[in-house]
Amino acid sequence: MINTTNHTTHIITNIHIIVTLACLGQAAMAAPETFDFKDPKGINNAVFKLDAPLEAINGNATGISGTVTFDPADPGAIQGMIVVASSSLHVGNPMQLEHLRSAKWMDVAKYPQISFETKQIKNVKTNGDTTTGDVTGTFTCKGISKEITAPVKFTFLKDKLGKRVPNMNGDLLVIRADFTIKRSDFGLMPGQMEEKVSDTIELSLSIAGASPK
Amino acid sequence: MSKKILRISAALVIVLALGMWLATGANPGWTKTSVPVKRTDEVTGITVDDYQNRFVPGADFLGAAFLGSSFLAGASLLFPKTQTQTST
Repeated sequence: MINTTNHTTHIITNIHIIVTLACLGQAAMAAPETFDFKDPKGINNAVFKLDAPLEAINGNATGISGTVTFDPADPGAIQGMIVVASSSLHVGNPMQLEHLRSAKWMDVAKYPQISFETKQIKNVKTNGDTTTGDVTGTFTCKGISKEITAPVKFTFLKDKLGKRVPNMNGDLLVIRADFTIKRSDFGLMPGQMEEKVSDTIELSLSIAGASPK
Repeated sequence: MSKKILRISAALVIVLALGMWLATGANPGWTKTSVPVKRTDEVTGITVDDYQNRFVPGADFLGAAFLGSSFLAGASLLFPKTQTQTST
């Protein structure tokens, strides 16, 4: 009788341990991860397009860095900051490039960074590994900060870091966002040359961050 | 002789410029010294335009060629007409 009771107690204790470990494992899996967006492969990019009546200007920037904290179990709790190095802004025409980086326009020597820092996310919808939402945050360009809201798509790629970077394990987070800003809001020659340089700047961000384990 | 050389040069400038512009894709925009080449990351599906150094003449290049050619052709008019001797 005593042996049977001891055996039952032992089984119950084991079940408790297994359940506790399982809960801890789940909690560890669901913990927020920090993704680093400095990409050694140089694939992360922000494309800009300006379509004025007389001229269209297209280019990109690849000097992306920053971190984002993302919890696959709670995608609405995302927060972080993405930084674009102003000196990485590029267009194909050498004269346009010189003007773009000059003190008159982006003044990359004085303002080396363009950044976006998240504040909140609304209208969060998750479907499998993909989450969409409207992210509100502070966009800073040429030293001027404005609050903007952009529709953002997050794709969580579990255990895919090893496929991109050999000998590394971890997860990837792909962020895509298309939105517009007004150059006049950021002191970029407001009201001037609008027939050649559109006031509306279309921005398209495609970046992937890594969370090594 | 100089008159002839200038006129031939003017024609060569415009023909060569037009030929180069057509051969590099007849770019109607500004001249470019770097062009985007697409690269896609297989894992993330992200596509980036890598800018590679390449000279692609644009409409401004053609305009400059026309201007240069006109200048050469105009300069040829400054030379007096070659006198042809006629025997009587």
